[in-house]
Amino acid sequence: MSKEGVDLGKRRFLTAATTVVGGVGVAVALVPFISYMMPSARARAAGAPVEVDISKLELGKKMTIGWRKKPVWVIRRTETNLSDLETLDPEMEDPLSEVPQQPSYTTGRIRAIKPEYMVVIGLCTHLGCSPTFRPDLGAHDLGGDAWKGGFFCPCHGSKFDLSGRVYAGAPAPTNLVVPPHKYLTDTVIIIGEDQGVA
Amino acid sequence: MKMLTALLGWIDARFPLTKMWKEHLSEYYAPKNFNFWYFFGSIALLMLVMQIITGIFLTMNYKPDAELAFASVEYIMRDVEWGWLIRYLHSTGASAFFIVIYLHMFRGLMYGSYQKPRELIWLFGMLIYVALMAEAFMGYLLPWGQMSYWGAQVIISLFGTIPFGIGEPVSAWIRGDFVIADATLNRFFAFHVIAVPMILLMLVVAHILALHEVGSNNPDGIDIKKHKDENGIPLDGIPFHPYYSVKDIVGIIVFLIFFAVVIFFIPDLWGWFLEKDNFIPADPLKTPEHIVPLWYFTPFYAILRAVPPIFGSQFPGVLAMAMAIVVLFLVPWLDRSPVRSIRYRGAIYKIALAIFVISFLFLGWLGTQPAGGVYLTLSRIFSVVYFGFFILMPWYTMIDKTKPVPERVTDK
Amino acid sequence: MKKLIFAMIFFVMPGVVLASAGFSCGKIDCYKAKTDLNNKASLQRGVKLFVNYCMGCHSTKFMSYKRMATDLDLSDDQVLKNLMFKDGKIGDYMTTVKPAGMNPPDLSLVGRSRGKDWLYTYLKTFYVDESRPMGVNNLAFADVGMPHPMWELEGMKKAVFKKDKHGMSEFEKFEIISEGTMSPAKFNQATLDLVNYLDYTGEPAKLIRLDLGIKVILFLIILLIPAYLMKKAFWEDIH
Repeated sequence: MSKEGVDLGKRRFLTAATTVVGGVGVAVALVPFISYMMPSARARAAGAPVEVDISKLELGKKMTIGWRKKPVWVIRRTETNLSDLETLDPEMEDPLSEVPQQPSYTTGRIRAIKPEYMVVIGLCTHLGCSPTFRPDLGAHDLGGDAWKGGFFCPCHGSKFDLSGRVYAGAPAPTNLVVPPHKYLTDTVIIIGEDQGVA
Repeated sequence: MKMLTALLGWIDARFPLTKMWKEHLSEYYAPKNFNFWYFFGSIALLMLVMQIITGIFLTMNYKPDAELAFASVEYIMRDVEWGWLIRYLHSTGASAFFIVIYLHMFRGLMYGSYQKPRELIWLFGMLIYVALMAEAFMGYLLPWGQMSYWGAQVIISLFGTIPFGIGEPVSAWIRGDFVIADATLNRFFAFHVIAVPMILLMLVVAHILALHEVGSNNPDGIDIKKHKDENGIPLDGIPFHPYYSVKDIVGIIVFLIFFAVVIFFIPDLWGWFLEKDNFIPADPLKTPEHIVPLWYFTPFYAILRAVPPIFGSQFPGVLAMAMAIVVLFLVPWLDRSPVRSIRYRGAIYKIALAIFVISFLFLGWLGTQPAGGVYLTLSRIFSVVYFGFFILMPWYTMIDKTKPVPERVTDK
Repeated sequence: MKKLIFAMIFFVMPGVVLASAGFSCGKIDCYKAKTDLNNKASLQRGVKLFVNYCMGCHSTKFMSYKRMATDLDLSDDQVLKNLMFKDGKIGDYMTTVKPAGMNPPDLSLVGRSRGKDWLYTYLKTFYVDESRPMGVNNLAFADVGMPHPMWELEGMKKAVFKKDKHGMSEFEKFEIISEGTMSPAKFNQATLDLVNYLDYTGEPAKLIRLDLGIKVILFLIILLIPAYLMKKAFWEDIH
C-alpha cells in the first residue's frame, strides 16, 4: 500500500458523484415509504362527500353527521339567534370571519349559505376536543344573561357562539371550521363538496 | 467543521464513537484479496435491515386475525399507497435473503472460514440461520393463504411425532388450539415481529464482534497477521473503510439490479417465491393437492420424507431433518484438513463439496415434488450423500492431499 | 468441470419437471392466453363482460369500482351508470349478493391462483354433458359445478373423445351443436378480454410495476458507473 500516485482529486470527485446519484436514489426510495402512511384508497373513499337530509331538523336544535370520521354539526338557528350574533361582535376574537376557517361562500358573521342552517365541524380549534352544544340562553355557568347560546369546550373552557365564532380570550385561537358544503335541494345538504361559483 | 470536531470530542469523552469507528471500519484490516464471494456478508446485513424496515411498515396495516389477515394483505396490495411494493420487498425479499445466506454459507465451506480460530463465528452464523428459518416459517403463516395454513399445519404436526406421549401436548402448546387457528396466527405474529427479530439482531452483533476479534479469513485461507509492518499493521491487510466500503457498494448495486428484476417483473418467481395456492384464503376444511414448503426449506423437507416410518412413527424422519441442520453446526470439528481454502486442498474435498452442493440442490427440488416412486428413491440417495459429506469429513479431509499454502495472499 | 455440473443441474431439472407433469389443464394442455395488460380497450371490454356474465354470482371483493375506473381510464359516471347494477358509491368494492344455497368463490385473485392460461382454457372448453346437473362439463375443470356463463355468445358444443394407446379416453375435438350470437373469432376475442381483465384484477399493481421496474433498473445501472469508477480510484494503490 503506497500513497504515491494516488489521484486524490479523482477520488473526491467520484465519491461526490456517487453520493449525489445515490442520494437521489435514496430520496426517491423514501417516497413509497412516506406515501404508504397517507390515507389509503379505502380511507379516501370513506372520506367521500356525505348527503344530509335536514328536513326533520327542528328550530334551535342540532344534528351531528360523520364526515371523514369528524363530527359535523348542522344547527337550525332561530330569528333571535341570528339577531343576537351582531350584539356578540365585541366579545369575539374574529367577529367577521377574516381568518380563512371557512369556504369563501360562508364568510362574515352568519358563516352559512342559508342563515338558518349553520354547518360546522364540531372540533375545537384549540386541541381537537368536541365542544358541547349549549343552546340554553342565559346559562348561568356560562356568564348568565350574556350567554346567547353556543358551544362550550369541556377540555380547556373555550366558548363559541352559534356561528362557531370563538370568544376572545379563550384558549382556542380561531373560529370553528366550516366544511365545504352545498345544497342539493332545499332540504338536502352535501358535505365535503364545494358549492359551484354562485 | 470546527463545531463538528468539538461535538465529536464531546461525544468521545462519553461514548467510544471514534474508537468503534476505528475498530470496526477505518482501522479494521481486512485481507486485500477478497473476491466476489465476500460481498454476501454485507448484502445479508442490507437484507436484514430491509426486512426490518419493510416489516415495520407492513405491520401498520396487517391484521393478525384469522378473519381479517388475508383481506388485510390484499388491502395492502391494492388500497394502501405503494403497499404492493413494500409487500413484495418483504415477501420476495425473504427469498432473496435466503439465497444470499446460502451463498454466504457456501463461501464459508469453500474457504474453511469456520476453522480455528473462527469456530464461534460459524456457530453464531448457524444460530442466525436457524433463527432465520423460524422467522421465515412463522412469517409465511401470516398471509393466511392455503399454503400458509397447510404448510404450518404439516410442520407443526411434526412435533406431534415426538414419542413417549409428549408429541401431542407439545404441538397443541405451539398451536394454542387443536389445529392451526387464530391463536396460532396471533402468537406467530408476536414471535415474527418482536421476539425472533430481536434475537436475530443480537446474534448478528455477536457474529460481527467475533469476526472482528479474530479478523476475516480470505480466499487463500491464510493468516494475514503473521506478516506485519513496523506499525503492527498486517502487510496484506487494508482498512475496511474506505477500501471495502466502496467495493461493497458496487456489489450491493449489482445485487439490487438482480433483486429489482425479480421484484418488478417476476415477484412470485413463477410460484417459487409466492405459491399460487397462497392466493386462496386459508380453508381448514380443504387441503390443497400439493403442500409444498417454500424453496428454502425443501431440502430438509425432502430428507424428512426420505426416511421411512419406523414402527409406524414418522419421528425418525423428523429426527433426520433436525440432524441435517445439527451436522452443519459441527463442521468446524469435522474438518481435519491442515489447510482452510479449497485452493490448496486436494481433489477429494473439491469433489465432495461439489457433490454436496448438487445433492442439496436436488433435495431442494425433490422437496417440491410429490413423494413416491423414483422421487423417493432419489431423495434417499441424496439424503445419504448429504449426511455422507459430513460424517465422512474427518476421514476424507485427513487423507486428502493438500498443496503448499503460500506465505502471503495471492492475486487471483 | 464445476461449471459443467452446474449447467447440467439447471438444464436437466426443468426438463424433468416438464416430463413429470400430466396435462397442464385437466384433460388437455392449457391454451396460451395472449393478452396485453396495456390494452385498455381490451380491459374495458373485459370488465363489461365480467359484470354482465360473472358478477351475477361471483364477487371481486378486494377490488373497488373506483380503482377499476381509474386504472381502466373510465369516468366515475360511466362506471356508476353502466357497470354498477346496484345502488352504491364509486368507492364501493365489487361485491355481489350470492345466489341462495350456493357459494361461488370470490374471483379477486383467481388470475393469480389459477393463472390466465388456465382461465382462458377453462372459459373455452365448456361442452354439453347431460349427466351433469347444469348440463355442461369442462375440460379444464372436471365436473364443474357452474353453467357455461357465456353460452349465449358462444353457442353450445359437444366434446368428442377417443381411446388413446393405453385405452384411456382422450379428448379429440369439439363439435358445434348450436351457434351463438358471436362468431368463433369474436368469442375468442371476448374470452381473451375477460381473461385479461381477471389477470388485471388479480394484481392491479401490475399495471405500474413493469414500467417502474425498467426505470429502477436503469437508475441502478447509471448509479453503478460512478460507484464502480470510485471503487477503482480507491483501489489504485492496492497492489
